[in-house]
Amino acid sequence: MAYSEKVIDHYENPRNVGSFTKDEPNVGTGIVGAPECGDVMKLQLKISEQGVIEDARFKTFGCGSAIASSSYVTELVKGKTIDDAYGIRNTQIVAELHLPPVKIHCSVLAEDAIKAAISDWKARKGTTSEVEKKAV
Amino acid sequence: MTRRIYMDNHATTPMDRRVLDAMLPYFTEKFGNPGSRNHAFGWEAEAAVDQAREQIATLINAKAKEIIFTSGATESDNLALKGVVEFYKEKGDHIVTAPTEHKAILDTCKALERKGSARVTYLPVDRFGLVDPDDVRRAITDKTILVSLMYANNEIGTIQPIHEIARITRERGVLFHTDATQGVGKLPVDVEAMGIDLMSFTAHKIYGPKGAGALYVRARNPRVRLSPMIDGGGQERGMRSGTLNVPGIVGLGRACELAGELLESEGEQILRLREKLRHGIMSRLDEVYLNGHPLQRLPGNLNLSFAFVEGESLLMGLKDIAVSSGSACTSATLEPSYVLKALGVGDELAHTSIRFGLGRFNTEEEVAHVAERVVQEVTRLREMSPLYEMAKEGIDLKSYNWARD
Repeated sequence: MAYSEKVIDHYENPRNVGSFTKDEPNVGTGIVGAPECGDVMKLQLKISEQGVIEDARFKTFGCGSAIASSSYVTELVKGKTIDDAYGIRNTQIVAELHLPPVKIHCSVLAEDAIKAAISDWKARKGTTSEVEKKAV
Repeated sequence: MTRRIYMDNHATTPMDRRVLDAMLPYFTEKFGNPGSRNHAFGWEAEAAVDQAREQIATLINAKAKEIIFTSGATESDNLALKGVVEFYKEKGDHIVTAPTEHKAILDTCKALERKGSARVTYLPVDRFGLVDPDDVRRAITDKTILVSLMYANNEIGTIQPIHEIARITRERGVLFHTDATQGVGKLPVDVEAMGIDLMSFTAHKIYGPKGAGALYVRARNPRVRLSPMIDGGGQERGMRSGTLNVPGIVGLGRACELAGELLESEGEQILRLREKLRHGIMSRLDEVYLNGHPLQRLPGNLNLSFAFVEGESLLMGLKDIAVSSGSACTSATLEPSYVLKALGVGDELAHTSIRFGLGRFNTEEEVAHVAERVVQEVTRLREMSPLYEMAKEGIDLKSYNWARD
């Protein structure tokens, strides 16, 4: 199978690889997929109090298209509000990277990772606020 | 270094120049049909086919007339299984094989089962891919007509104890077929000493052309009979009609002759290169696992799982190196290797497997380069792998609660 130039570019020069400390209260972490399925994506978003995504990091176990999808997503979400980011559809990733039909699941996983990371941030924020409330 | 390196010799091999040279005249000036009995063009072609039959028979210690030419090992497998089932249907309908066989065997068995022509027993294999000959003995019933087990496995290189298995089938009066596509020309084969009744093999795995294969069919003790799958002019003792592929057959013959001359020295050289590759990779990376048997394996086969790195992404990184992977992403079915699954290798490790297939034309320099590039790419991809990070943090990946779709 031939890869699109954009997939190769993201695979060879992945953007924003790495990890934030999970304990930081402004970081949301989404881990999606499973090792026996051949794809696991970890996406982390640093989100401001106002709900704007300030930075993103990823690590991916998966094929070149999975790596490219997650790399692209870290660029795509930066500067977006969480509501806008939550609305990102996998079709946008497919179009940008020219993914063939057999690789669509990679884009679905990347969409799921965004949603999982935002949900994690919300959940943790909720917990923190309650802790804060209790502290008061 | 941007030169491409070919290390996928289980898939196919480059043609040896000496094989090509033998073939060339049979495309042009010596174009005759060996079936033309009444002129020199035919006689010339027939003589070439006869010579090839001798060369092939010599390599496997058979008689020339026991070689049936086909288009390749897939056709030979089909003819062996379907031909025996059809011919011996009065005697029985039971076949014994294993789940690690090539698809040419497994899908033929499935087709026979679906049509109601045969019942098939799939023997278990151990964690190295070996069949226990005692399991063969236990599986044989009075309805068993054929046991089909491969000589050497195309993915993991494991060599089956076919000698012992054939002794059991002979004792029980059951025919023994072996798909020796990866074994002929690489490992010693003696159909008499080993008790083989039918054997499939092909030219393009032994530095010959694609489209030329053969089925060995034992003529005596016992005489094996087959119903043909292709009817027509009655070539190949009626077992496989169709005008013979003379250049291809000449190529198969010459390839067998060369393999016989080189077998020992080449086997040693390839084994030494493989061990160099294995050591070059495994001494520099942790969490790399060997798939298949450590000793009873093809000299040119190295199948490794690189934990935490998905196989297709590794292939992509090794772009100038031709190897293959058991990862789902590289298969048509989107399932990881069924061979590794049968060995009990978990899906998570099957996704990370890479098969290196060394051959006649690989060099020391290539092996050193491949080892170097594999270490680099695996290291890079592990830095990018959430699984590697989690494992380093001490998280047990097997008990982790994955968010599955």
